[in-house]
Amino acid sequence: MFNRISTSALAAFAMLGAGAATAQTLVPSPTLDAIRTRGSLECGVHVGVPGFSFPNDKGEWSGLDVDYCRALAAAVLGDASKVKFTPTTVQQRWPVLQSGQVDLLSRNTTITFSRNASLGVNFQGINFYEGQTFIVRKASKATAAKDLDGASVCVAAGSTEEKNAADWFRERNLKVTITNFQKNDDAIAAYDAGRCDAYTAGVGALAGQRAKLKTPDEHIIMAEPISNDPQGPVTRYGDERWQAVVRWVLNGMIAAEALGVTSKNVDDMRANSKNAEVRRLLGAEGNFGAMLGLSNDWMFNAIKAVGNYGESFDRTVGSGSTLKLERGQNALWTKGGLLFTPPFQ
Amino acid sequence: MSARVRSSSLALWRARLFSTPLDSAISLLVLAGLIWAFAPLVRWALINATWAGESRADCVPGGACWVFIKARFGQFMYGFYPATERWRPNLFLGLALAGIVPLFWLEGRTRLRLGLVVLLTLPVLGVWLLGGGLGLRAVETRDWGGLMLTLFIAVYAGLISVPLGILLALGRQSRLPLVRTLSVVFIEFWRGVPIIAVIFLASLLLPLIMPAGVGVDRLARAVIGLGLVIAAYMAEAVRGGLQALPKGQTEAAAALGLGYWQTTGLITLPQALRISLPAMTNEFIALIKNTTLVLVVSILDLLGIAQGSLADPAWVGMNMEAYLFSGTIYWLICFALSRWSRSLEAGGPGSH
Repeated sequence: MFNRISTSALAAFAMLGAGAATAQTLVPSPTLDAIRTRGSLECGVHVGVPGFSFPNDKGEWSGLDVDYCRALAAAVLGDASKVKFTPTTVQQRWPVLQSGQVDLLSRNTTITFSRNASLGVNFQGINFYEGQTFIVRKASKATAAKDLDGASVCVAAGSTEEKNAADWFRERNLKVTITNFQKNDDAIAAYDAGRCDAYTAGVGALAGQRAKLKTPDEHIIMAEPISNDPQGPVTRYGDERWQAVVRWVLNGMIAAEALGVTSKNVDDMRANSKNAEVRRLLGAEGNFGAMLGLSNDWMFNAIKAVGNYGESFDRTVGSGSTLKLERGQNALWTKGGLLFTPPFQ
Repeated sequence: MSARVRSSSLALWRARLFSTPLDSAISLLVLAGLIWAFAPLVRWALINATWAGESRADCVPGGACWVFIKARFGQFMYGFYPATERWRPNLFLGLALAGIVPLFWLEGRTRLRLGLVVLLTLPVLGVWLLGGGLGLRAVETRDWGGLMLTLFIAVYAGLISVPLGILLALGRQSRLPLVRTLSVVFIEFWRGVPIIAVIFLASLLLPLIMPAGVGVDRLARAVIGLGLVIAAYMAEAVRGGLQALPKGQTEAAAALGLGYWQTTGLITLPQALRISLPAMTNEFIALIKNTTLVLVVSILDLLGIAQGSLADPAWVGMNMEAYLFSGTIYWLICFALSRWSRSLEAGGPGSH
């Protein structure tokens, strides 16, 4: 209770100083109030996707989606450890969010129109561009799906991946032999044994499966997907201020990467950076945190604890992990990827 | 002495398997088939396996990587239960064994008294020890997991289902129409609903219906749901026992002037329970295996922890190890229970 009062008092003080531009009162946010009262963020994650959400040897949740929750906790409560995780299954995720058992979902969930329109949930940006792609042997020299003319692809019979791949090749008049197997595991084993030239699945899933192959280094995952399944944090309808917080913490992590702010140089950047956007992001200038009802060092805390998007990506699924996933579409827009954030202005 | 026993059992096996040339041929063929079928498994799980090391890199390809189980043993046993508090489940298990094992040796009134004390105190003590509060550090049920959680769900759902099942069985035999109808409806309803649907409803629908803030713990909801379903099955097992009793038993009790509760408590129920014990044990074994269904609402029991571990990129591809290990534990528990029930069947003075 004390926490709550002191934080809102702090926010009020910050607002007084903010001047005319931000002098309007904050829209009430029941979710933020609830998080402060209970002293922890409730984050719905996946029960287990390699690199995205999994318990490590110490029993701590880790992964790209988990990292985002920790950054959000650091931004809201000033402490990245003040987050509790509710693992959720595919069937469970919507009711758990809708009934208020979690403050948000951050769990490999594809953003679609019908989910947004009919489930009463909003998607707050994209933290992973997922899409169906192919894994091939490096020796084959194929780098994009169109190079697969005349090749064979192992798939699980009746899967969405089988249909997508068959449609894609037919549309382009490419002669690709689709070899069916009963299960995904059988299909990937057959690929590993050399029965097919390629195997197909989502980028994230392929990263996990490549690590299981006999010689992971000899295979590459094609960067250009043939389908489009972006994923990101989800909140329920209502409480717009909370939705803005969720959205801008993700944007902040991406902006930090674009601006070169990392967990290691964040102190130095806040003190010495001449870049106005960096100064606003880290709270050295302006009152951006206070405008959302947070403290002004919200993104400073988040980046200090978790790092920017790129650091988190490398650590969990990228070059610093066993999955060794290339950035691909998940690189910044300035580096050939799709990752983008509106400006902190 | 032992040599003679061995030679005689050897002779017995020879008589069974190698009495005629045809028998011998079939036996040898089956033996060869078994070796052919199991040799790769043994080679993988034992001979080529890696037992020592720290990480996946230490494991030799082509064999089981038991290092994985070693690294995650604590999680397999306790889930995310804080390491510094794991003495609490251990202590509870110790207390439970200390309370229950003497029941096998004691007799008569002492046994009854100890049994009652254990039954009334242990469940409460368990919730306190595991959950904390009142001087102990609180550990939320979301941090419980692994074998500890599997056993917790099985035992507590059992504690709900056995008494409730007995009451329902008696209710179904009752002469009072209302009691009988209610019991029949309850039993038939819960027997007709798939367990997985009950767990879903308890976990997903209840929070949507209930007003915000009024939350019954997720684990408690699953345990109660499972307990209600198994109670219906237990009731039918007990009813089988009740119906197996000859009419003469109740008639004799009535002739002695005993009322309904005295007849039930002293004459029919003790005999009926002894008869239905194997069937009830069967239900309990089924319950232990059904606990894995809580996975659908992501309560991470032994199987859930095994699956979660498989998502750790540091240990990718350990599916065989994880499932073999957890499967073996389930099998050991269920096998021990079924042996125990066999011994009761064979040894107890159950005939009348």
